[in-house]
Amino acid sequence: MERPGGLIRWHKQPLTRTTRAGSCAQTAQTRQTPQTPQTAQTAQTARPHKPEALLLFTSVDDVATRLAETGYLASTAVATTVFLADRLGKPLLVEGPAGVGKTELAKAVAEVADARLVRLQCYEGVDESRALYEWNHAKQLLRITAGRDESWDETRTDIFSEEFLLPRPLLTAIRGSDPKVLLIDETDKADVEVEGLLLEVLSDFQVTVPELGTITAETRPFTVLTSNASRELSEALRRRCLFLHIGFPDEELERRIVRLKVPGLDEELARSVVRVVGALRAMDLRKAPSVAETIDWARTLLALGAGSLDENVVRDSLGVVLKHQEDVLKAAAKLDLDAV
Amino acid sequence: MNAPSTGVPEQAGVPDRAGVPERAEAPDQAGVPERLTALVQALRSHGIRIGTGETVDAGQALEALGLDDRERIREGLAAALLHGEGQRPVFDPVFDLYFPRGVGAPDLLDGSVSGSGPEREFDRDDLRDRLAAALAADDQALLARLAAEAVDALGGYGTRPGSGSGSGGSDGWSSHQTLSRLRPETLLARILAGIRQGTAEGEFTDRLTADEIRRRIENFRGQVGAEARRRVAERRGADVIARRAVATTADRVDFLVAGRAQLDELRRTVQPLARKLATRLAARRRRAARGHIDLRRTLRGSLSTGGIPMRPVLRRRRPARPDLVLLCDVSGSVAGFANFTMLLVQALHDQFSKVRVFAFVNRVDEVTDLIARGTADPEGLGSRIISGAAVTGYHGSSDYGTSLGEFAERYAEAVTPRSTVFVLGDARTNMSDPNLPALRTIASRARKLYWLNPENRAQWQTGDSAAGTYAEFVDMYECRNARQLSALIGRLLPI
Repeated sequence: MERPGGLIRWHKQPLTRTTRAGSCAQTAQTRQTPQTPQTAQTAQTARPHKPEALLLFTSVDDVATRLAETGYLASTAVATTVFLADRLGKPLLVEGPAGVGKTELAKAVAEVADARLVRLQCYEGVDESRALYEWNHAKQLLRITAGRDESWDETRTDIFSEEFLLPRPLLTAIRGSDPKVLLIDETDKADVEVEGLLLEVLSDFQVTVPELGTITAETRPFTVLTSNASRELSEALRRRCLFLHIGFPDEELERRIVRLKVPGLDEELARSVVRVVGALRAMDLRKAPSVAETIDWARTLLALGAGSLDENVVRDSLGVVLKHQEDVLKAAAKLDLDAV
Repeated sequence: MNAPSTGVPEQAGVPDRAGVPERAEAPDQAGVPERLTALVQALRSHGIRIGTGETVDAGQALEALGLDDRERIREGLAAALLHGEGQRPVFDPVFDLYFPRGVGAPDLLDGSVSGSGPEREFDRDDLRDRLAAALAADDQALLARLAAEAVDALGGYGTRPGSGSGSGGSDGWSSHQTLSRLRPETLLARILAGIRQGTAEGEFTDRLTADEIRRRIENFRGQVGAEARRRVAERRGADVIARRAVATTADRVDFLVAGRAQLDELRRTVQPLARKLATRLAARRRRAARGHIDLRRTLRGSLSTGGIPMRPVLRRRRPARPDLVLLCDVSGSVAGFANFTMLLVQALHDQFSKVRVFAFVNRVDEVTDLIARGTADPEGLGSRIISGAAVTGYHGSSDYGTSLGEFAERYAEAVTPRSTVFVLGDARTNMSDPNLPALRTIASRARKLYWLNPENRAQWQTGDSAAGTYAEFVDMYECRNARQLSALIGRLLPI
């Protein structure tokens, strides 16, 4: 049984060098045909290995306005950092509490750039074959059985062509020339080994498939990594990224977000909701309510038909904002909810 | 979000008459690259690791952003230079020093105050009135201007105190002096009364107003601190101030010298830290589970292959969770350290089959329940232990010998061969008998005993410290700040 993975792959490499080089050149040629003359030119400049960044935005204000059009209201920090990530062509590492819109940011950028969103959801045990690429073993077997009369060399070069390659998110984001946004979600959930894999991909935006050669991105995808900080990411990975911490928005921004996401809500009620949530956040709770909870609460109040906040409404709906019983009790005590 | 940490010790403006050059308006008109590298140097001196690559990125960021908008530059540099949110409280004040809001006295900054001069009579009540109005309206720009004005008028000291607008009149500026003369916290009642007058009676959100105003005042105090640092930096150079007057990150502050604000900040990190440690413990468990070869079963299995061990059999770990016993000195000197560690261990309790916590000063009492209930109100934990548990006898100073003896005697059943014991304390016994046999009894009964000492290793066995004596018999570790503690706990906790 031929196993393409593991050690055998490396033994075979010198044997197939000529054929590999041939097929590689071929694929490179076919890939270059749809290219615009401009990108072909940039490929010849001083750093041929560094693919060009997309350059989606012209200024920080441009970022803010265009993100706002998609329904993502960005703070100064977010707008500035997104602009820099685009300009410097560096991946963006976004940290922050759950529910402040880390994943939403990547989606919004993809929408603005009219780019395809490629998402790699990390979890414990995600590995190379889930993140990068995998050979389609079943199809390779079929191909071998179909071509019984062929010589070994013919079959061997054939079954390691792109047709039998199953690209996973990282490879997908690198191949092709259409603009892409690569979202690596919850990076902290993945094992440390995956970080090593990401290092290669994120610093040079290239992937080496031993049988095919090195595949380099033509257009650098706009890359967003998110993390909930359940594990400290390695210093090496952090160094390669621009760091952005999305915290809880200030009162004015949050009010705008609530008004945007819950259009039916009365201005005065939105103000009250945001103020109460702000007070809850200052309370040192186990899980401070984030923007998602604020919006949920605003929707709940709208559904309940509450015209304004009062003791009963707050007490009955506090469970929407706070997710731990002890937090609810503490908040109720601090807000004097029982002093009716 | 970018409120500088308050309570920063303002030790910068020590008058230095040994010939500080008279630098009037422009303290250091260095170019942008020099300024950037100086900023990086200052950040490095606070323990933030920044490589050359990041500095280059920061330079590119500046190029891309231009120098028009200060807040954007701040965010851009933070994105390029920092690696974690914990570094932000250091970055912001340092940034304010190297990229100051302006140069010189506030009148020169915006030209909004007319008729200014050294002889201008300063009206403190007028400033307080305007401050009250600004706090009520939450006008950030105005508050910043008022902070500048207040420092200029009230904060100066030295040979030529008072407002010497623009000519660098005073020897230094003190935020402490400014705030004690201005006393913004006393404005609270007036602001509240003003707001209540304007609005209808009985709104639900009214009860939040007081806290909001308090936060704004706290914020204003931070602005005054930043402004004082800026003014002093003009006299004495940004480098000096950046190193001395900016507090370091909370996880590097020594437990023994940490102020209230820093302990508060540390307490907020307990939950995230516990989550991180739990992940680390889980990873260690996983690795340990596929660890040693079970020789007996491997040989038994090799019989089917003619005695050749083809398949190694790994030892299965029994999924038993270990016990944890904490023995904490809660006397005044080390209470901050003990409380933080207790909260942290409590947050980790689901990792262990049983966690028992004992507190002592000169008598031992079990406080496990107090702490389990204490998670809802971590601030009051220390005082509740002192009042609710019998930790002191006839006097209030700590006595390790008696406490260890009592623990070995009364709570012998708490320590089993499955339990790991942590002793937390500085081992300062007030010259009483260290009672080594008691410690040896506990250590021999436990699976492992560690001692975490919040004192600098250099101070062990000095004065009344028995740390060296104890360290001969147990593993004692220096554990001065939260960073060391989390590293130690991640390594030492049993799995």
